[in-house]
Amino acid sequence: MAFVQNVPFFSIILSMFSGIISSVLPEKQAKWLNTAVITLVGAMSAWLLSYMLKVGGSYTFMMGHFPAPWGNEIRAGALEALMALIFSIIMLLSLLGGRKKLKDEVEITKHNIYYILTDLLLSSLLALIYTNDLFTAYVFVEINTIAACGLIMIRQNGRTIVAAVRYMIMSLLGSGLLLMGICMLYDLTGHLLMSNIQESVQQIMQESSYQVPMMITIGLITVGLSIKSALFPFHAWLPDAYGYSTVSSAAMLSSLVSKGYIFLLIKIFYRVIGIHIIRGSHILNVLFVFGLCAMIFGSVNAIWENDIRRMISFSSVAQIGYIYMGFGLGTEAGMVASVFHILMHAATKSMLFISAIGLTDASNGSRHFSELTGSGYRNKIAGVGFTVGSLSMVGIPCFAGFVSKILFAQAAVAHNAPVKIFPTVIVLAISTILNAVYFLKTVIRIYVPEKRAYEKKQGYLSFRLSEQKMYGITIICFILLNLVLGMMSQPIVHIIEIGLQNFS
Amino acid sequence: MIVFGANFISNIGEEVAMLLFGIGFANLLFQKNLIRKIIGLNIMDSSIYLFLAEKGYIEGRLAPIVVNGIQDVDTYINPIPSGLVLTGIVVSVSVTALMLSLTVRLYKRYHTLDLDEISARLKKEGR
Repeated sequence: MAFVQNVPFFSIILSMFSGIISSVLPEKQAKWLNTAVITLVGAMSAWLLSYMLKVGGSYTFMMGHFPAPWGNEIRAGALEALMALIFSIIMLLSLLGGRKKLKDEVEITKHNIYYILTDLLLSSLLALIYTNDLFTAYVFVEINTIAACGLIMIRQNGRTIVAAVRYMIMSLLGSGLLLMGICMLYDLTGHLLMSNIQESVQQIMQESSYQVPMMITIGLITVGLSIKSALFPFHAWLPDAYGYSTVSSAAMLSSLVSKGYIFLLIKIFYRVIGIHIIRGSHILNVLFVFGLCAMIFGSVNAIWENDIRRMISFSSVAQIGYIYMGFGLGTEAGMVASVFHILMHAATKSMLFISAIGLTDASNGSRHFSELTGSGYRNKIAGVGFTVGSLSMVGIPCFAGFVSKILFAQAAVAHNAPVKIFPTVIVLAISTILNAVYFLKTVIRIYVPEKRAYEKKQGYLSFRLSEQKMYGITIICFILLNLVLGMMSQPIVHIIEIGLQNFS
Repeated sequence: MIVFGANFISNIGEEVAMLLFGIGFANLLFQKNLIRKIIGLNIMDSSIYLFLAEKGYIEGRLAPIVVNGIQDVDTYINPIPSGLVLTGIVVSVSVTALMLSLTVRLYKRYHTLDLDEISARLKKEGR
């Protein structure tokens, strides 16, 4: 066994222990430990990724001293390493970009709690990515939920507490359904490791015994995880939670937390149930319909919104809809497009949140569009970041959004059922136009030239790049990440294809 | 077509668990009062543990603790569901504690436990 194969275990345990150690450290050291750990996890994941690309395939890693059917396992391949790499990059950038705001919005005594929560969030995300055991996945889903709730309510005002309560209630409904599904699956198959469950499930389906419980189980798990990742009818908690929490939290919640659940769902589809059985059941059609609804309703709500942070949050609802729509297509190409969209949305949405905070800071902290007029001139780097993010979301070539949109369109056109081709293509077009309406409206708004006298009267602040070096570097890194995803998409799509093949 | 036969009686534990799951789920979803929601959450979680315990139990066997040196598999019930129940209880306790602390926070700030009323008040304040 090569030493690099220990990376998944090390990254999970390292982030978890750094959370525990941070609880006794002073604020500043907790911050540095957190930054160091995330950087280290990112570097290790890159190492693992290069190794997995060289070797190919995937491997399982035994946790503890018990062999396969009894013990706990970790499984890693190229796709998992890529996910871990991009998630840690985005988490690092979100934290760096929101650090100044965190100082203003959160009491200084609570800062090391914030870093504990991010460490826990990172470890649970990594565990969701790497684990090969279904019950371990459930436990880390709950850890993820608790950490995310803490990240929402660390900023103390009425709105965030209500948002946290709503988030918890929806999440708990989802995890209740997920746990019930996992327990039923255990009772049907007698296993908890994903590969063993799949063997038993195939046997059950061949004997065509227990059809109804099997379908109920698939339904419970899918609905549970889609509630947790805020698919359309269950998105009510999302705008408040993303809109009023501190900006690093909003960026991490929108780009990472919901994506962790979606990645777990992909793993369950491929590695636990088996994608052929999922395609045979009708659950993908349900996801398809709700995904299409989310694409429209999320965008329409975003157009109505007057608050820039809430607008970006509603846009998240629409983007989650895209991902589920890709699942719903049921083809390999649709799934590849969805996985790419996960990466693209994670990279772009965190950039939008971080740059929106720069714009609102330059407008007396107000988030309403009327006050944001001309803020792109007052804080130039934030304006550039927001513009790039918007163009990427709308799907302008060169940026990441274009690639995922074209992947979705190709997957739809290559589909063999017209009943799925036409709705997908039409809704994709409508949703793109709606995206363009609300994002470009905002971009135009922030670049409307404003009279100097008016600005003076309002007491607006102007920020130069030299005054906010860290923030500027963060935005530039985000733009670079977006361009990498947009212009060098071929190798990434290739890794995703290989990874999904290894899954099944 | 569902036929209520012998299976209905022999699986009574699972059926009760499912009923309780439904009750707990509906309470967590529809109750306005936060404390009642939390009670619903606990009913829901407990029903899952009842389901697991019922599934792991084999009639006439002992708890999976080795006593008197008997290591025969047929002596004991399946220990894994019990382990899962223990893990689940830990998770549910921590989640309940978090929800209760959030409820205390909300009550101290707004002096009500009704989530809809708090939302309406927030909207009126326009913040």
